[in-house]
Amino acid sequence: MAARAVPLKPVNAFAWIAVAFVAAAIFVPLAAVFVRADTMVKVLTSDWSALRFTIWQAILSAVFSVGLAIPVARALARRAFPGRGILITLLGAPFILPVIVAVLGLLAVFGRGGLVNQVLGWAGIEPVSIYGLHGVVLAHVFFNLPLATRIILQGWQAIPGERFRLAANLGMSPGQVARVLEWPMLRAVVPGALMVVFAICLSSFAVALTLGGGPRATTVELAIYQAFTFDFDLGRAALLAVVQLVIAGVAAALALWAAVPTGFGAGMDRIVRRWEAESAVLRAGDAVWIGLAALFLLVPLAMIFLNGLKGLAQVPGMVWTATGTSVVIALITTVLVLVLALSLATARRGWAEIVALSGIAVSPLVIGTGLFIMVNPWINPAHLALPVTALVNTLMALPFAMRVIAPEVARIEADYGRLADALGLRGWARMRWLVLPRLRNSLGFSAGLTAALSMGDLGVVALFADPDFATLPLQMYRLMGAYRMEAAAGAGLILLVFSLALFYLFDRGGRGDVDA
Amino acid sequence: MLTLEGVVIRLDGFELQADFQVEEGKRVAVIGPSGAGKSTLLNAIAGFVEPVAGRVLWRGAEMTGSAPGKRPISLLFQDNNLFPHLTVAQNVGLGIHPGLKLTAEEQARVERALARVGLEGMGTRKPGRLSGGQQSRAALARVLVQRNPLILLDEPFSALGPALKVEMLELVQDLAGELGATVLMVSHDPSDMERFADAAILVADGVAAAPVAVAELMENPPPALRDYLGN
Repeated sequence: MAARAVPLKPVNAFAWIAVAFVAAAIFVPLAAVFVRADTMVKVLTSDWSALRFTIWQAILSAVFSVGLAIPVARALARRAFPGRGILITLLGAPFILPVIVAVLGLLAVFGRGGLVNQVLGWAGIEPVSIYGLHGVVLAHVFFNLPLATRIILQGWQAIPGERFRLAANLGMSPGQVARVLEWPMLRAVVPGALMVVFAICLSSFAVALTLGGGPRATTVELAIYQAFTFDFDLGRAALLAVVQLVIAGVAAALALWAAVPTGFGAGMDRIVRRWEAESAVLRAGDAVWIGLAALFLLVPLAMIFLNGLKGLAQVPGMVWTATGTSVVIALITTVLVLVLALSLATARRGWAEIVALSGIAVSPLVIGTGLFIMVNPWINPAHLALPVTALVNTLMALPFAMRVIAPEVARIEADYGRLADALGLRGWARMRWLVLPRLRNSLGFSAGLTAALSMGDLGVVALFADPDFATLPLQMYRLMGAYRMEAAAGAGLILLVFSLALFYLFDRGGRGDVDA
Repeated sequence: MLTLEGVVIRLDGFELQADFQVEEGKRVAVIGPSGAGKSTLLNAIAGFVEPVAGRVLWRGAEMTGSAPGKRPISLLFQDNNLFPHLTVAQNVGLGIHPGLKLTAEEQARVERALARVGLEGMGTRKPGRLSGGQQSRAALARVLVQRNPLILLDEPFSALGPALKVEMLELVQDLAGELGATVLMVSHDPSDMERFADAAILVADGVAAAPVAVAELMENPPPALRDYLGN
């Protein structure tokens, strides 16, 4: 009955400033890109192939990730086994796992001297190379299979247990249950999952940088970077940035249209008893799927630890300098993201949310290209590497923080807004006594995500850094480029530990206070 | 005197008209079938719903258009009357100062209010560690420190058992007497109304009628009330 009949509260100054800041940080560099882009369209064949490769690898990555996630999610949805909770938690880990660290782990398993090739060698089979299209897709599946599994698992668990009981009561076979109950759910959930993975893989930079390259495996993002580093052709870089903006924008629009799920949600610990699926064959099949998925995720992670420990002694001093730089950037990013997300979420306006989420449609290298074009005539871009990296990381993490914080703010207002209004809680008092205490968990979680994402990001910094400056992921990449793989593995372990520690500390800090 | 002057409320195709006065110090039940707009009427008086026409006045001063927190009104909802993350004392203290900047004297007032409603020494607890009845008492302690002349109750005790509900209504009666406050309470239960209300506002068929003495109303119920009561 108490519908929203009162006009919305006025937007406070913080929200205006936040909107102006985010909009300027996104749209001014985009304008620079458009102004500078070569209009004399001398699109090279290599650019066309980069575009084709970008779309093709994203399609393959989405199809494999989601296709494999369906049986894994089904197995997790209907089987109880020791370690299930830990495995599901681990499925969330790739989100905060630095891409370049994961690549190192995959190289240790699937690379030239990796475990797989050793086994093949014993069998007398020629070693397979991880570089190229299949390597890029493999890495993308490593990252997105867990995400897709969590999204689809949520879909499975959204089916009420009573329906499976009813199906059992009616004597339905596994095939009939699949047709009546599971297929309609998949038809609703799978398109969204495909779109998320597709959109994520379209902007792939670090994976393509390390496992792709060459004329046949270059993404548009990577081509932007190469236009900078190999040719220093800003006009072409800007043109490629426009291309990237268009495809990412189209993908983001499609993803919004498909009502994208996030996979963040809790409540995946419920197992619904499935009377029709208790045959030994189905049990064994599920065990195989769960086992394979666990191996695929855990072996590379284990290799990161093993090789990392061996390599720690070889880590040069500049890795520690880079670690300090990365932590500073991560902390600046976290503060910025929290302030912006809080200001934008409490404004409770659609447009504020859209501005915050628009970071999804622009890639770090596109913004980076624009910023580079803007500052280059005035100042050596290398001097701005740190603030630019923090700024771009902020824009990239803000959408995720918003997705966590905004619904929570809406819930707080729905539950307690009228009480706060009746008591005259406004401005800072409302923030201090209502919003912040009730938002603590979400703020901690967002801060953890942001810090870990920023810590592990290898993107715009590659454009701005000179040889004297590096973040930890960039330093790792340089060590890999110099074939100092042991030192790189040591740096990778340090990066992993710092990313996880930052996530853990912030997320932990947001918990406690069981009474609330 | 609470005055609703030609008030028209419109919400998603639903319309409610109200034009009446309530004398100060009275306890008035708001009754009627569910969905008729009882809560909406209270929300309009409290400022959560703006009427499309008419004025709401208290002691001749117009309240229409001013923020809910600025009106001389204490309001209890069906649920969420306490912030679960704040202590009981903080929840009560918000009734004195929304920024919780309390002087020692004001803190003593909070303690006295808690003692008055039977929650002595429970100020440091979080609401989650109180029973349902104690939570209602804590909310009433806040009403006490707010010292507002108008109290609106939107069925805050509906989740309590019958005996506890009567106990709370008696406490409301006592507190309202001490404060000299006017009370409007939404009620579903004719016996509550007969026990605690001087008069009743019947909300039915898009109209909130002027208050009528309870005895008179029960003796000679209008058709809408007869349908609602079912006898």
